[in-house]
Amino acid sequence: MKKSFLERASAYPHIVWSVLFIIAPLIFVVYYTFTDADGAFTTENIARLFTSNYVLIFVNSVCLALIATVICLVIAYPLAYIFSRMREKWQRIMILLIMIPLWMNFLITTYSWMTILEDTGIINSILSVFGLSVHMINTPGAVVVGMVFCFLPYMILPIYTVMSGIDEKLLEAASDLGCSGWQRLTKVVMPMSLSGVISGITMVFVPSISTFYISQKLGGGTFQLIGDTIESYFVGTAINYHFGAALSLVLMILILISMAVMNHYTDAEETERRRIK
Amino acid sequence: MKILSRIYLILVFIFLYAPIAVMILISFNSGESTTEMQGLSLYWYREMLRDSATLEALRNTLVLSISSAVISTVVGTLAAVGIHKMRNRFMRGAVMSVTNIPMMNPDIVTGISLMLLFVFVGTLLGLESYLSFWTLLIAHVTFNLPYVILSVLPKLKQMDKNIPEAALDLGCTPIQSFFKVELPFIMPGVVTGLIMAFTLSFDDFVISNFTSGSSFETLTIHIYSMIKKSVKPDIYALSTLIFAAVLLLLVVYNMSDRSERADAKTEKRRTLRFRGKEGGAAK
Repeated sequence: MKKSFLERASAYPHIVWSVLFIIAPLIFVVYYTFTDADGAFTTENIARLFTSNYVLIFVNSVCLALIATVICLVIAYPLAYIFSRMREKWQRIMILLIMIPLWMNFLITTYSWMTILEDTGIINSILSVFGLSVHMINTPGAVVVGMVFCFLPYMILPIYTVMSGIDEKLLEAASDLGCSGWQRLTKVVMPMSLSGVISGITMVFVPSISTFYISQKLGGGTFQLIGDTIESYFVGTAINYHFGAALSLVLMILILISMAVMNHYTDAEETERRRIK
Repeated sequence: MKILSRIYLILVFIFLYAPIAVMILISFNSGESTTEMQGLSLYWYREMLRDSATLEALRNTLVLSISSAVISTVVGTLAAVGIHKMRNRFMRGAVMSVTNIPMMNPDIVTGISLMLLFVFVGTLLGLESYLSFWTLLIAHVTFNLPYVILSVLPKLKQMDKNIPEAALDLGCTPIQSFFKVELPFIMPGVVTGLIMAFTLSFDDFVISNFTSGSSFETLTIHIYSMIKKSVKPDIYALSTLIFAAVLLLLVVYNMSDRSERADAKTEKRRTLRFRGKEGGAAK
């Protein structure tokens, strides 16, 4: 059958759009990285990245993002398990309740966290009743709290989706064959939910490592993350598109590598499972 | 065990809702502080509604998110149809990989890469201010497209290939078959894509921060600049109103979700009937 015009051409607008506004901008990131203000070729921007100052910023960002991701995983995993064993009507309500905070603008919620964590804030005024006080704002811990709050639902949702797809009969079979509750969890539920965990990790790690607003507000500018640094070179007083582009390029490569590693794990798992079958 | 898991649920929900509760409470503060409640009043709501800059930003945001959602839904739906019918595996893989880039890249990288493109083209053309409503619209359509495509594609995969072919056999033109057979079938996916695109666009801050000029301020950019200066409870009043609107939308959407499922049921029945007739004709 001859293909109609619609079939042949319907993807064209999107393809043209992608070339113009997805591929071309990325080429410009590379172009700006390797040129100076006059447009001449230079590797100076890349060399500057390896000075101790910027290496420290990268290490800080990776560490904080990893901590936030691990905390999200630890909170989300049991929660998703609890949800998936609820009655269907309750599952729907719970997921809605998890999604509502996502609809709130994160600028505002981050600001609310300032109100909660400040030295004269809500937590400290409760603690002061007992004569205690904890300094929380403008510390790395406060930044991690902000990150966990903003991105926790992105960890819960994919894990829940995978877990709710696990057939109840499989769990019953495991029990019938003599598994204890703990074995059921480690031998059946955990391997089957791995793909959800992997997508949850990427969905939390990527925005955490590149955030700039949360660290500005809750970190109080006492330490810089990659996102803050990139932003300061594009919007602000010390504008330098070329060095900012170099920072973004490295951030992008860092994320691509970590995603490739994650995908490698899921692929290995997948082939393993197929082999068993 | 049951009690433990209850307590755990409650603790997590306290964590997730504490900042929202604080926001709502302080929006009714009668004083200027955002940390101390001085009394209840609607003062900041009145103040916020009188602030023309805020209302202007709200209007801008609605214009931007509706237009970017509509454009990305049209382009994205067509793209999904095209990608679904692509025979060339390599081409299909390449298009899908490129489509996924804005979803995988951190927002900040998408934002600055577009900004660099606009800066470069702008200086090439000798424009004084190259960031405007149009650059913002381009940026929003770009990050909305993958979400629309990914919500329409699964619906296309669910569709029986024989149905549009039958429409063609029965004398429909390909265009007619698309509008009368395929589009109604994939409609739930299209609507999901549209709503997703609208909300993403409405809520976006990071990408807008890099691609909007001073001439066109969206709500999130407005909030950002308000927070940079001094914070008064009027931002909380604004957010509380948005929160109420979102809740209302969610309730409505969930209800329409239910009717959609009813649709899917009738759709299934219709398909079955269609198949039955086909079988009858074959005899």
